[in-house]
Amino acid sequence: MVRVSEGNGAGAGNGSHPDEEGLRDDNMRGSAPAHGRDVVARSSAEVVGTSLIERTGVEEALEPEQELMTINLGPHHPATHGVLRLLVSLQGETVIDLKPIMGYVHTGIEKSCEDQSYWKAIPFVERMDYLSYFFNMQAFCGCVETLLELEIPPRAKYLRVIHMELNRLHSHLVWLGTSALDLGAMSMFFYCFRDRDRILDMFEMSTGQRMHTRYFQVGGVFEDIPVGFEKKLRAFTAEFPSRVDQFEALLTNNEIFLQRTKGIGIVPRERLKALGVTGPLLRAAGEPWDLRKVDPYLAYADFDFDIPIGTVGDGWDRFRCRIQEMRESVRIIDQALAGLPEGPVIADDRKIVLPPRHELGTSMEALIHHFKLVTEGFRVPPGEAYYPIESPRGELGCFVLADGSAKPARVHFRDPSFVNLQCLRDMCLGGYIADMIQNLAMLDPVLGGIDR
Amino acid sequence: MPDATGLELIRAELNDAHPDAVIDTYHRHGQACLIVDAEQIREILGWLRDTPGQEYTFLASVHGVDYLPAEPRFGVHYELLNMARVERVRVRAELSDPGEDALPEMPTVSDEWPTADHQEREVYDFFGIVFRDHPDLRRILMPEDYVGWPQRRDFPIGGEPVIFTNTERDVPGWYA
Amino acid sequence: MKREKIRATLPLDEPTVDKSLLVRQVRARDLLRGDIEGLDLEQHVEQSVLTTRLDKVLNWGRANAIFPATFGLACCAIEMMSVVSPRYDIARFGAEAMRASPRQADMLILSGRVSIKMAPVVRRLYDQMLEPKWVVSMGACSSSGGMFANYAVVQGADKFLPVDIHVPGCPPRPEALLYGFNKLQRMIMGDPDIGWRTRYSAHGTEEWARELGEVTEEARDAYAAARDIAEAAGEPTSGQPGTPVDVAGPPQERADVPARPERERGRFI
Repeated sequence: MVRVSEGNGAGAGNGSHPDEEGLRDDNMRGSAPAHGRDVVARSSAEVVGTSLIERTGVEEALEPEQELMTINLGPHHPATHGVLRLLVSLQGETVIDLKPIMGYVHTGIEKSCEDQSYWKAIPFVERMDYLSYFFNMQAFCGCVETLLELEIPPRAKYLRVIHMELNRLHSHLVWLGTSALDLGAMSMFFYCFRDRDRILDMFEMSTGQRMHTRYFQVGGVFEDIPVGFEKKLRAFTAEFPSRVDQFEALLTNNEIFLQRTKGIGIVPRERLKALGVTGPLLRAAGEPWDLRKVDPYLAYADFDFDIPIGTVGDGWDRFRCRIQEMRESVRIIDQALAGLPEGPVIADDRKIVLPPRHELGTSMEALIHHFKLVTEGFRVPPGEAYYPIESPRGELGCFVLADGSAKPARVHFRDPSFVNLQCLRDMCLGGYIADMIQNLAMLDPVLGGIDR
Repeated sequence: MPDATGLELIRAELNDAHPDAVIDTYHRHGQACLIVDAEQIREILGWLRDTPGQEYTFLASVHGVDYLPAEPRFGVHYELLNMARVERVRVRAELSDPGEDALPEMPTVSDEWPTADHQEREVYDFFGIVFRDHPDLRRILMPEDYVGWPQRRDFPIGGEPVIFTNTERDVPGWYA
Repeated sequence: MKREKIRATLPLDEPTVDKSLLVRQVRARDLLRGDIEGLDLEQHVEQSVLTTRLDKVLNWGRANAIFPATFGLACCAIEMMSVVSPRYDIARFGAEAMRASPRQADMLILSGRVSIKMAPVVRRLYDQMLEPKWVVSMGACSSSGGMFANYAVVQGADKFLPVDIHVPGCPPRPEALLYGFNKLQRMIMGDPDIGWRTRYSAHGTEEWARELGEVTEEARDAYAAARDIAEAAGEPTSGQPGTPVDVAGPPQERADVPARPERERGRFI
């Protein structure tokens, strides 16, 4: 794959920079670095350097025949994964500068939550990052449970883990389908959505709704899984790893896919951490950081699973990390199903959790509690808390400020896509615009989370 | 999270290094928070990152909170994380509302912590808190020409009332 | 689809039409020999050839080959993508060719919440589409603002563009979207679904018709047209055409409520 190198290449691609070791591949890379202007000389490629200035050579004055063209990608564009607008300055086909403009699906969810009781805010917050709705719910419910110092029963923890890992599979499948579609592999889209529909059947079976299920409540989950759910889920997890193998067979050794993703969009690990990037992007760059392992919440400490780590941090590593995460999620689901404890699925603190319906006919207190909870909602003592979890895109943190009333005073979500988007510029500078599409695909942004 | 005594130690050391930096602390629900003076935020975050015992190198989140009617009104929260020890600490910079026409100001940390770039723009967009020396402080999620700071507590939620026809016929203007 | 026998020439006296097979075969043989001409020829053509109006053919073509514009805004976009997926196949209705460019698309599926920053963009996209074009507002958020009654969401896309079909749901199931899509197809073909008011004999219960007074001329004509279609399809219709049914009764007089201002007829509020 040829790539134009900017500047005189004195710092770029001499092979002496330690960060470049992963970039070199003797079969694919070209010869000596080329000077700027001559098209023929420019076409013998060299690996771009790692520092921004080396890659773009912006500090040298642009000659008349080097023209910058600023194009606007989006907000309506088939490849922006939502309504993201990118202002891209191009020189030929090389990206010189990149500026993302967001806000096109800003819904004011955080502000709306201030007007709802805690229970009623759950459907609002789950519509933020609309591919990982269980994670949004867990972040919010976990934060409110921290403020209330409420313990949730073990069965609820396991059920939450099962649904969250299914949601992780769902999110990665949608990512894989749409990313492969961006890169031209249309059939992946259909295969991934076929399996996604089976996961949504699971959700419909246990929660009644395909997406945005409002299943997690403060104190546990809404209701128990029905008979037949476990059997169907086991059938699914028995078959799913072979599906992942099929996806890999299509893409992993595919020459076109390799050429498009190998060596593209590398950002050094320290720079990623400085940018606040978490999730598969950081793990692909080699940092073993996953909140499910380092800071286990819910029941993740009970399960045996691995965290896939990449080496180089290019698009191919990100792809491999997510594929392997799908396999690990299946392992977690199997273990959770095997070890699912008996018991209640929601805490029994009647001041916070609705009483079961059969009690309403017999117990006066249950009726009063039900009435108060539905009309006013439970009150949370004043305090603030930040509760981070590992969503499919990275660290999803929920901050809730409670002022003692039944409505939260401030809800803020630290959304991983919002923070990860800041590394898009680093990934794309110096590359081609086609690589930018690939970088955006591997970044896996969900605009609902970015814009909230 | 550092426990309560660890938090007090941090407070003491930080106040030695930068006088009057930490105004208050609290440790609740297992979470540690330092309430600090907004003007010294760069030094405070730098100290927390560079001091050998602390090493909170990861800034997970920058967000704003409006504590109306409590004073000081605004708080800008910096969630710091030490990846090696998996410890989190929250730094809350307090700002008062300067009045009708002026906007509260504080220095930016986006040159030292690149992750704060978009997040400070979001705080500016929703609360009107100006970060001095930010390279590109403009609205990020609202339209560029929007007037008002939506997530302030005294900004209305907005929207339109849903008009139910029967009620409108019997009691016109019922929602007003 | 019914065969319409439309005469291309002036209507003539109705000749006797002999439908027996043998006679038709004889006529066909004569036609091929060139022995039939004039009136017999035209009658034979009408009997044996499917004729129809050109615009009906066009509408049938348009309805069964809609190019949706890939326009996903938020969560409903994921369900819209799953309508393209193999299980809820929209390709069986001919609409799998989703065009990215609005200039090549005829249907805009607004899937997701329209924020105030996005509304001018949507309007511009709608303007860039060529006629004929249709808009399906998918989901609660684009139909009416959904659950987000706040400063940031436009309370219904029909505040700034004409919407043909609203599909309720949050997000609507793919089957619901397909149902709405089928309704749109019938609408395009000029054979809209009989509305519920006809089905339940509820003509005259519209909000504006509940006021004491008459139905406007346009409404009367529209209802007559709908009634004709219903009768032709063999469906029950309400008894008296054009009579409003005062379902809620006259508005009660209340001392504490200010008098209702005079409003022009035919408006909902």
